[in-house]
Amino acid sequence: MNGSATSVLAAPSVVDSRLSRQRVHQRLGVEGLLIRLLITLFAVWLGAFLVLPLLQVLLRSLQSKTGEFVGLANYVAYFATPAISRALGNSLYVSIVSMVVTVGLALVYAYALVRTTMPGRGILRTLAMLPIFAPSLMQALAFIYIFGNNGIFTRLTGINIRLYGSTGIIMSEVFYAFPHVLIVLITAFSLADARLYEAAQALGASSRRIFFTVTLPSIRYGLISAAFVAFTLAITDFGAPKVVGGDYDVLATDIYNKVIGQQDFGMGATISVLLLIPAVLAFIIDRIVQRRQVAQVTASSTPLGPKRHGRVTQAVFFAYCLLIVGFILSVYGVVLVGAFAKNWPYDFSFTLKHFDFYSMGGYKVLWNSLQMATITALIGTILVFCSAYLVEKTKVWAQGRSVVYLLSIMPLAIPGTVLGLAYIFSFNDPRSPINFLYGTMGILVLSTIVHYYTVPYLTATTALKQIDPEFEAIGASLDAPFYRTFWRVTVPMALPAIISIAMYFFLNAMVTISAAVFLFVPGKELAALAVMLLDDSGESAQAMAMSSLIISIGLGARVVFYLLTRGIERRSQAWTRR
Amino acid sequence: MSSKESYLRIVHITKTFGTFVALNDVSLTVNEGELVCILGPSGCGKTTLLRIIAGLEEQNVGEIYQSGKDISRLPPRQRDFGIVFQSYALFPNLTAAENIAYGLENRRVPKEKIRARVAELLTLVGLPNSGPKFPSQLSGGEQQRIALARALAVSPGLLLLDEPLSALDARVRVALRLEIKRLQRHVGVTTIFVTHDQEEALVLADRIVVLNRGRIEQVGTPEEIYRSPATTFVADFVGLMNFLPGRAGDRPDRVYCDRLELRCADLHRLAPDTPVTLAIRPEDVRVSHIDPSAPNLVRGRVRETEFLGSFYRVTLTLDGVETARLIAEVSTNEIRDQSICPGMTLPVSLPPDLLRVYPEFARVSQ
Repeated sequence: MNGSATSVLAAPSVVDSRLSRQRVHQRLGVEGLLIRLLITLFAVWLGAFLVLPLLQVLLRSLQSKTGEFVGLANYVAYFATPAISRALGNSLYVSIVSMVVTVGLALVYAYALVRTTMPGRGILRTLAMLPIFAPSLMQALAFIYIFGNNGIFTRLTGINIRLYGSTGIIMSEVFYAFPHVLIVLITAFSLADARLYEAAQALGASSRRIFFTVTLPSIRYGLISAAFVAFTLAITDFGAPKVVGGDYDVLATDIYNKVIGQQDFGMGATISVLLLIPAVLAFIIDRIVQRRQVAQVTASSTPLGPKRHGRVTQAVFFAYCLLIVGFILSVYGVVLVGAFAKNWPYDFSFTLKHFDFYSMGGYKVLWNSLQMATITALIGTILVFCSAYLVEKTKVWAQGRSVVYLLSIMPLAIPGTVLGLAYIFSFNDPRSPINFLYGTMGILVLSTIVHYYTVPYLTATTALKQIDPEFEAIGASLDAPFYRTFWRVTVPMALPAIISIAMYFFLNAMVTISAAVFLFVPGKELAALAVMLLDDSGESAQAMAMSSLIISIGLGARVVFYLLTRGIERRSQAWTRR
Repeated sequence: MSSKESYLRIVHITKTFGTFVALNDVSLTVNEGELVCILGPSGCGKTTLLRIIAGLEEQNVGEIYQSGKDISRLPPRQRDFGIVFQSYALFPNLTAAENIAYGLENRRVPKEKIRARVAELLTLVGLPNSGPKFPSQLSGGEQQRIALARALAVSPGLLLLDEPLSALDARVRVALRLEIKRLQRHVGVTTIFVTHDQEEALVLADRIVVLNRGRIEQVGTPEEIYRSPATTFVADFVGLMNFLPGRAGDRPDRVYCDRLELRCADLHRLAPDTPVTLAIRPEDVRVSHIDPSAPNLVRGRVRETEFLGSFYRVTLTLDGVETARLIAEVSTNEIRDQSICPGMTLPVSLPPDLLRVYPEFARVSQ
């Protein structure tokens, strides 16, 4: 009784297997057609500006300098020439070392921020994010000013750490990847389930045992993700090796040298494919791991808050964080001083002369960058959010939607230099129907949007998943076309996410160089590129000046976005208050 | 049962998700103005059926006709229904009034008329002053009323309610289900109400459809479902039921339970000794005011009593039945009058007209 008479009584549901393949398809209607059309457009867009260019790279890697098909000859030549193929090993070496160092440093920092009750956690978190605002080559420049042969540290202590080469690259990559990795690890620590800790404590486990049996296993997916982020950023970065690599070749700079220096497009394409392989592999591993993680977090888990540790432990954590933040701030300090000092490191008297940028035609580059970043943020945000909406919230045409999804997460695995080269192949061909874009701001905007597409796309998807899935059904039952519910309900609800997407595009567009370095034409230089060009021509003080302006704009934009978000939150407070 | 003509016809609907069969050849007719409850345990396919009626899922096979028109292949927007979900699904960035007006605006109703209609609906659901409030400022019960008003605003031909009360507190749930019944009568809209709560279904429905593992077990009025459950599943799922293992007797009105011979009004046409399951509701087991000449009179022994306020739940063993125990619901007064307590023996009557006989085998554990 009481429902315990189990339902073995009911006849088992057996259905002719043919039935399960059958389906009564609904009529498309105007809306269904519109949605299909839009999904097709997104697939075509990503196909044309992501897949086709990459195929071109693959194709060109099988061609000789003069364009004849040579099969794998380029690859054979690559591995037969140790002077060239050295770069592959170098790339893997610096990426793995920077990955290990970054994750190690960020792990302790994230633990201190999330789990301890040390003072100033908010400001320590904010300051650790600073490297996001700078082009990757900026810290390399700063490191030269500190640790280079004529650097201030070297001069003061007499210790030369032999910065140029792998040391400098690794230092720069760690600095550059630190905030990105930190974000991932903070999330991982915050997601941990408090109940597991309570159970472990109740069972009398020591804190060391808890760390190894509960903490580490619970953040393992976050750790793998963090490792992936650090590895990918390091192996695909172009700026730091360009500035501080010296004659230590890595894949990303090699592509540039082959293409721009020697006009050897075939070999450039070959190296691109080789750079794609580890990046894509890391990407696939991360996707598999991510899928597992979803299952781990259950609705009933209780988030774990900060907990007071022993006084000495807290002090050690605090000192550690101060050390890291102090290092970050001093790097920024060096950039500022370098920008305003007459002649680093000999004459520190104040000057503004590095800010005239005579060789770059004044402030035009900054204006170009601002323009490019604004357009990128605007168009990129619209494209990303609309495509994520179509994939996440519409119900028609599952195959079409999964194609768009797949194409949208692909860019994460594509190094910027490879994308840049791919765009040259696609656009710089007079026969190409999109040739007219070559040498315009348009191609820079396009490449930046595609390059940075995935992270905002996933942000949008997450935000959309949090919105009640029945809203679309309600809208349809009330005779509202899908775009009306999208505009009146979905967009207002997702506005905070939309703004953070725009900010992400803007900040990255301000600092990116890896793809742009192939695509700019004289007169269309961007500020971050100018940093590289100025450094190339020996104007490192001007490069510092330009860097500090880029950082200022980034920070300024951050403040504007912050105020915007605050405004929206205030407006929407009425409907989010509980 | 309503004598009005059929409004919604569901014909041979089958729906699978991969290898899982959610609905297996389901057919059902709903009359105009009727309130039909689809009742079943979680995973029985009741929500899937509702979503197919709304067009939110595509069936593998089968047709749906709404007022004579084939709507099987229409996308949701072209169908005529209002829907309320368990999660309320109110648009959080719009006020209660704006939520209700949402559907009217889509139909390009003049502003003045919209305002009047919204006010009318707010009054109808008993929240005349809540128009300017945002959903987060309303209680769960109030939000569900607004959701109901929003669904009714466009005067749909069919109202679909997907477990609308399940997220609410017990007290609010009871109040709101009466409200829904009153509203439905007032508006006269044909309504399908999905629930896993048998009490809700018994209170609300004109007719109940019991669904189990994607199949319809029984369709009937609440009384029919409760009094004459067609299968042991329905008997067990709706209300409490005693199940006793038994065998068919040599006459259609005779069954055996262990060594006990019983009369039953529920005639079987089974060969003698065919295994059957006997079922009787706890409130139908009599232990007092028994006519000594009544049929099916057995000696029983009280094993346990459980106090439940206005009545006791009494666990009995019967003379001649070793294999099962029987539960009787006895009013507190009767317990007092007869001073029933564990250990005592007393006469127990199982009225033949209330004893049901099912030819299947039912596994009963207590």
